[in-house]
Amino acid sequence: MLSENILKMEGICKAFPGVRALHNVDFALRKGEIHALMGENGAGKSTLIKVITGVYEKDAGRIALNGRPIHFRSPKEAQNSGIGTVYQEIALCPNLTVAENMFVGRGRYAFVQWKRMNEKTTRLLSSLGIPARPTQQLSSCSLAVQQMIAIARAVDMDCRILILDEPTSSLAEDEVRKLFELMRELKSRGVGIIFITHFIEQVYEISDRITVLRNGELIGEYEASSLPQIELVSKMMGKALGDVAKMKKLEPLAPDSGVPVFEATALSSNAGVRPFNFTIQKGEVNGFTGLLGSGRSESARAIFAADKVTGGKVKMNGRRVKISTPLHAMKQGIGYLPEDRKGDGIIAELSVRDNIILALQVMKGFLRPFSQKQAEGFADQYIQSLNIKTPSTNTPVRSLSGGNQQKVILARWLLTHPEYLILDEPTRGIDVGTKVEIQKLVLKLAEDGVSVTFISSEIEEMLRTCSRLIVMKDREIVGELSGMNLTEHDVMQVIAQGRE
Amino acid sequence: MRRLKAQVSHLFLPLSVLVILIIINLIKGADYFSITVVKGALYGNIPNILFGASELVILSIGMALVTAASQGQDIGIGAGATITSAVFVLFVLNAGEVTLLTILAGFLVSCVAGLVIGVFNGILVSVFKVQPMVATLILFMGGRSIAFMIDGRLSPILANDISNQIGTVIPGVPLQTPIILTAVFIAIVAVVLKTTNLRLYVESVGINPSAARLNGIDPKKIIFLTFLIMGICTAVAGFIAVNKAGRHDSVNLLKFIMMDAILAVAIGGNSLGGGKFSITGSIIGAYTIEMLNRTLLRLIDVDPATIPAFKAVFIIILMVVASPVVRDFAAKALRWVRFRADSGTVPETGAPDAAVVSDPDTPAKKEV
Repeated sequence: MLSENILKMEGICKAFPGVRALHNVDFALRKGEIHALMGENGAGKSTLIKVITGVYEKDAGRIALNGRPIHFRSPKEAQNSGIGTVYQEIALCPNLTVAENMFVGRGRYAFVQWKRMNEKTTRLLSSLGIPARPTQQLSSCSLAVQQMIAIARAVDMDCRILILDEPTSSLAEDEVRKLFELMRELKSRGVGIIFITHFIEQVYEISDRITVLRNGELIGEYEASSLPQIELVSKMMGKALGDVAKMKKLEPLAPDSGVPVFEATALSSNAGVRPFNFTIQKGEVNGFTGLLGSGRSESARAIFAADKVTGGKVKMNGRRVKISTPLHAMKQGIGYLPEDRKGDGIIAELSVRDNIILALQVMKGFLRPFSQKQAEGFADQYIQSLNIKTPSTNTPVRSLSGGNQQKVILARWLLTHPEYLILDEPTRGIDVGTKVEIQKLVLKLAEDGVSVTFISSEIEEMLRTCSRLIVMKDREIVGELSGMNLTEHDVMQVIAQGRE
Repeated sequence: MRRLKAQVSHLFLPLSVLVILIIINLIKGADYFSITVVKGALYGNIPNILFGASELVILSIGMALVTAASQGQDIGIGAGATITSAVFVLFVLNAGEVTLLTILAGFLVSCVAGLVIGVFNGILVSVFKVQPMVATLILFMGGRSIAFMIDGRLSPILANDISNQIGTVIPGVPLQTPIILTAVFIAIVAVVLKTTNLRLYVESVGINPSAARLNGIDPKKIIFLTFLIMGICTAVAGFIAVNKAGRHDSVNLLKFIMMDAILAVAIGGNSLGGGKFSITGSIIGAYTIEMLNRTLLRLIDVDPATIPAFKAVFIIILMVVASPVVRDFAAKALRWVRFRADSGTVPETGAPDAAVVSDPDTPAKKEV
C-alpha cells in the first residue's frame, strides 16, 4: 500500500493571525484514485490545497511526493513537480485560441511553430475526448469545455496530481457528465485527482475515497462506498442531520387572500426582461425559477429597481408607489440580497459591523449616524442570532468564509425589518450546514409575516421552501405552480411546454 | 481598545517616518525642539513646520476624500487655489477700505469659487465618468491663466494689516494664525466625520460602487460631494497661502502642491486605489513632508535647487521599506527568528506535536 501513495501529508499546521486554519491534518492521495476533499466553508479545504500547491507555506508538518520529502516555496515549483490545479474560475485567456491557451507561458514552440502547436493540441484534445478545435477562440467554447481545456493543459504538463477545486459549480448536468468522463480517463492513466465540490451527489458518483475536514481539523478518511450520505453530511457539520427532513414549508395561500404586500403590473427594466405581472402575499414564500439566463434574476432586480426600471406600475399593500432607485425600494420595506455576493453584496474591506448596519444606516440618513454603541449592538445581535463566525465585529468582511459573508448580508437586510425580502441565490457556493440554516430562516421569516422571494439554481431547494413557483423561460413568465407536493418534473414540464 | 490598536497600526508608517526625521534632526543639533518667543509669539523648528504645512494639511484632507471615493487624484488643486485666491484678492482690492468684514466676505466669495471648481470637476468625474486625473488636468493646465485673467495683472499686492495678521501672527496670540486656522479646519472636519456618515458612504463607494448603489447610496452623488469638499479645501488653502505671501503670484502660488498632497495621502497609509481612508494619516503625512523639506534644507549644505533630488531619494527608500513585499519579508524573517529562539529547530521539521503523529504505513522520519 505504501508505494501507492503519490502524495502524503502529515501533521500539517497553518495559522493566520487570529485563525487556526489547519491543525495537524493528514492527507494521502493514491495513484489513480479520485479523492474527494469535503468540508463546510472555512473547514480548511482551500488552505490545504494552497499548502500543497505552494501558495501558502505550512507552519509545521511534512509533505512527501512519491516518498520523497518536498517543500514548495512557490506555485511554480509545485507545477514543475507535477501538481496541476484547476480552479472554479477558469484561469485561461478567453481571447486566445484553444491551442494558444495550451501553450502560453510554456516556452516551447508557443507562438512560433503554429502548425506544430496546433497539431499537438489536436492530438491531446482527441485523446482526452474534448470536443474543441485548436484554432477555435476559447471564449467560443462552453464553460465545461473551457474547464476541460484547463485540465488538458495541466495534464499535458506531465501532471501526476490534479487538483479540481469546485470544477462543476458553473456547469450544466450533461457538461458535468462529460467532465466526469475525462476524470475517469485520467484516473485510468494513473493520475491522482483531488476533487473539491459542494455537490454531494457528485462526490458519490465519482470518488473512491473521501477525506472530511471540519474547523481546520481532520475528521477522517473514508471509502466512499462505505460511508452513507447522511453520515458524510453529519460529519461535515458536526451534528446529526435530522432537522432537514423535519423542515416543513408553509401551505400555499389562496390566490385572493387579501391585499398583496407587493404587486407589479407590466414591470420591465433595461436588463431585457419582458414586462411581467407579479404579486406576493403577506407571509408568502415564492420564487422565480427557470434555466440560467431565463430572466429570473433580472425580474428580481426590476422589483428592487437594481436595474433601470423602464415601465410598469407598482403597488405596496394596495397603495401605488414609485420605485425607481434601490433607496425607494428600501424605504418601502423591500430588501434584496443580490446574486453576485462579491460584486454586488459585500463591501469587502469594511468591517463586519459596517456591512451589517449599512442598509439601515442609509435608510436612516446621511446626517444621522448610529452611535458606535448602537452599531456594535446591532452587529453583536445578528452575529449571535445568525451564528456568524467572525473573530470580531471589526474584522473586514473579506476575511470571512463565503457562507459567513452571505450571512452578513442577510443580517444587513434582516436588520431593516423588511416587509418583503428578495433572496437571489442566497445559498450558492455555500456549505450544506449554512444552506439548511438559510432555508430554515426563510421559513421562519415567512411565519413571522415577512414575504420572501427565493431564487436558486437548485430547484430542489426551491421546492423545499417555496409554496408558489413562477416559471420563467426566455425572459418571460411561462407558468406558475403552487401546491405542497411539487416535483422537479412539474417544473421541467412547464419549461418544456412553454407558454400555456 | 481593539479599535485603537487598529488605528495605531494604520498610522505606523507616517509616525515612524516622523520619528526617524526627529532623530536625524536631533543628531544634527540637540536644540531642534527649542522655541524662542518673539514679541509674544512662539517661533522655532516645530512652529515653523506647523506654519509651513498649513495649506498642505488642508489639501491633503480633501485629497484623501477624493482619492477614497473616486479612486483617483485631483491634480488641479494648486491651480484651483490660485483661482480662488485670485477671486479673494480681486474682491478685497475692489471693496474699498479693508476691514475684517471685507476679508471675511472675500473669503466666502472665494469659497463659492472653490465650490464652482468642485462642481466642474465633480460633474466631469461622476456624471461623465472622466478619470479624475484627466478631469482635473484641465484646471491644472488652464487654472493659473484663469487666475491671471481674474486679477488682470501680475502679482497684485495685498498690503493691509489684517491680511498680514492672517498670514503671520495676530499680536498677543502666541501661535501664528495659519496654524490656528489649520487646527480649526481639522476640528471642523473631525466634527463632520463624527456627525455624518461621510466615512461610511465614501468608503463604501470607493470599495464597491455597485454594492453601495444596491444599498441605497448613490455613488455619483458621493463622488460629487467629495469634489465639493475638495473645492472648499482649495479655497481655504488659497486663502491662507495668499495672505502668507502678501501678494498674488498666479505663476508660483502653491506650485506642485498636488504632488505633496498625493504623497501625504500615500504616506498616511491610504490606498491610492480608493476605499478606506485615514484623515489622521494624511495630516501626519503632510506634516512629515514639511518636516522632510526643512530637514533636508537644514542637513545638506548645498544649493536649495538640488533639494528635490535628495527628497526623491528619501521617498523612494521610504516607499520601498513600507511596501507589502518588504513588510511580508520582515514579518517572515521575524517569525523564523522567533521560531529558532523558541524550539531550537528549523521550521521545516515541523512543530513538536507533529512529530508525535504516527502512521503504521510510514513511520515518522525527521527531515532537516
